[in-house]
Amino acid sequence: MSGDKRTTKIEIQNLSYAYGGNLALRNVSLEIPANEITVFFGPAGGGKTTLLRLINRLNDLLDGTEMSGNIYMDGNDIYAPGTNISELRRQVGMVFALPLPLPGTVRENVEYGPRLAGLRQKNILEEIVYNSLMQAALWDEIKDRLDSPAHSLSGGQQQRLCIARSLALTPQVLLLDEPTSGLDPISTGKVEDSLYNLKEKYTIILVPHSIQQAARTADSAAFFLMGELVEYSLGKKIFTNARDKRSEEYITGRFG
Amino acid sequence: MSRRHWAQRAGFSLLAFSALMVVIPILIVIGSIVMRGMSAMSWEFLTQMPRDGMKAGGIFPAIVGTILLMIGTAVVAIPVGVGSAIYLSEYARDNFFTRSIRLAIVNLAGIPSVVYGLFGLGLFVIFLQFGTSILSGSLTLAIMTLPIIISAAEEALRSVPTEFRTVSASLGGTKWQGIRKIVLPQALPGIITGVILGLLRAAGETAPILFTVAAFFLPKLPESVFDQTMALPYHLYVISTQVPGMPLEIQYGTALVLLVLVLTLNLGASILRSYFRRRRQW
Repeated sequence: MSGDKRTTKIEIQNLSYAYGGNLALRNVSLEIPANEITVFFGPAGGGKTTLLRLINRLNDLLDGTEMSGNIYMDGNDIYAPGTNISELRRQVGMVFALPLPLPGTVRENVEYGPRLAGLRQKNILEEIVYNSLMQAALWDEIKDRLDSPAHSLSGGQQQRLCIARSLALTPQVLLLDEPTSGLDPISTGKVEDSLYNLKEKYTIILVPHSIQQAARTADSAAFFLMGELVEYSLGKKIFTNARDKRSEEYITGRFG
Repeated sequence: MSRRHWAQRAGFSLLAFSALMVVIPILIVIGSIVMRGMSAMSWEFLTQMPRDGMKAGGIFPAIVGTILLMIGTAVVAIPVGVGSAIYLSEYARDNFFTRSIRLAIVNLAGIPSVVYGLFGLGLFVIFLQFGTSILSGSLTLAIMTLPIIISAAEEALRSVPTEFRTVSASLGGTKWQGIRKIVLPQALPGIITGVILGLLRAAGETAPILFTVAAFFLPKLPESVFDQTMALPYHLYVISTQVPGMPLEIQYGTALVLLVLVLTLNLGASILRSYFRRRRQW
């Protein structure tokens, strides 16, 4: 690692992954620094989403998959036998490409995770709702509508609600899979702003929906092409000074 | 232009006529039963035991019997049916075993009701020695309603978007938590509709209860699940074909009571379904 004050939060070692016989990731290794925004970018089908879903073991829900290699969080193998998957997913929150509020009110959405974890005290839940919505930069807009149906919010508000819903579990890592792909530029800006504030407390891995967004938000960036990690750089230098010809061509718009 | 116009008019008329052909028989059936049965309606008819070889008095034990049978059927069929549906939709993998289960369910739905009756007689009444009883009848009716309930419930569960399950899992929920907190509540209207449709079928059937529970004439109420009981459909069959000189108004009155019971439940199902559908949030 390039020394100074960076600490590694997640380490991926020689990870290969296939489903239905198709190789989705080929021998990927990288280290994701804590309290930064790491961006996975590249053309569709590159394996970015697959890698995200392996970090919180969401792909455990699928059948017919094969995996080799390891993923470590804080040095612990998250695929070790006996790992508490629910606990892992509480520590590694995820926000999906489309805003997916659960049926129910705004409050119920934020409280969903903590309640499943067994939390019942009203005052603590109320505090969680406030803090989470505050961190997702949504509180001021909807503080009077906590008990309205979540699906009555606008798309951008719904997506920030989904971020708040993940934050309610006070995760250590936040995975965001093209969280702004369905949003207009203004809502996108608001979501991005909330991300800058969040990286103080969380390790963020973002699959951006454009190269511009990748360049705007990245502290580190990994370029994926057809399941292969082509280039990984700490800092933004990949966007101005790519080492690999394929990343350079993609970034300058010659393909993808 | 005008030829096409006439072809269209003719087509529409034909379609309207087909629709009418569906409605008219129902109106005639309901109309004639109401017209001839209304005169039998009285408080006494609904709350009294039959007298004079069923030619007078009321049909109270048959009404009670049918309601008890429906309750018994529901108690057995709802947990088993909904449980099976949850297994098939949420847990089962697509393999030979689950495909055989599905095939069995489809076939179960196609079996004539009298065969269920004979099956119930063989298994519950004779082999398990439950005797001719409400227990045997309810179990038989429950098996008959299972395919309806399972199919409807599975359909309802599958119509809940997969994303909800994924989101629930991503928030640290176990599979069962996702099902209980999100999937089941969202599927409830469909499940309730299926359950009511199944129970309606059970309420109206004669053949399955013929050998397993129904009493020809039993002017008292059952005291336990091991007692026989009268039931509306069988009672209607008896007074229409087995007892000479039965007053027509009692026959139509009995039919009317059965009809009102079934239609009321059906209406209740529709109201419940639209109430839940308005509350659906996706």
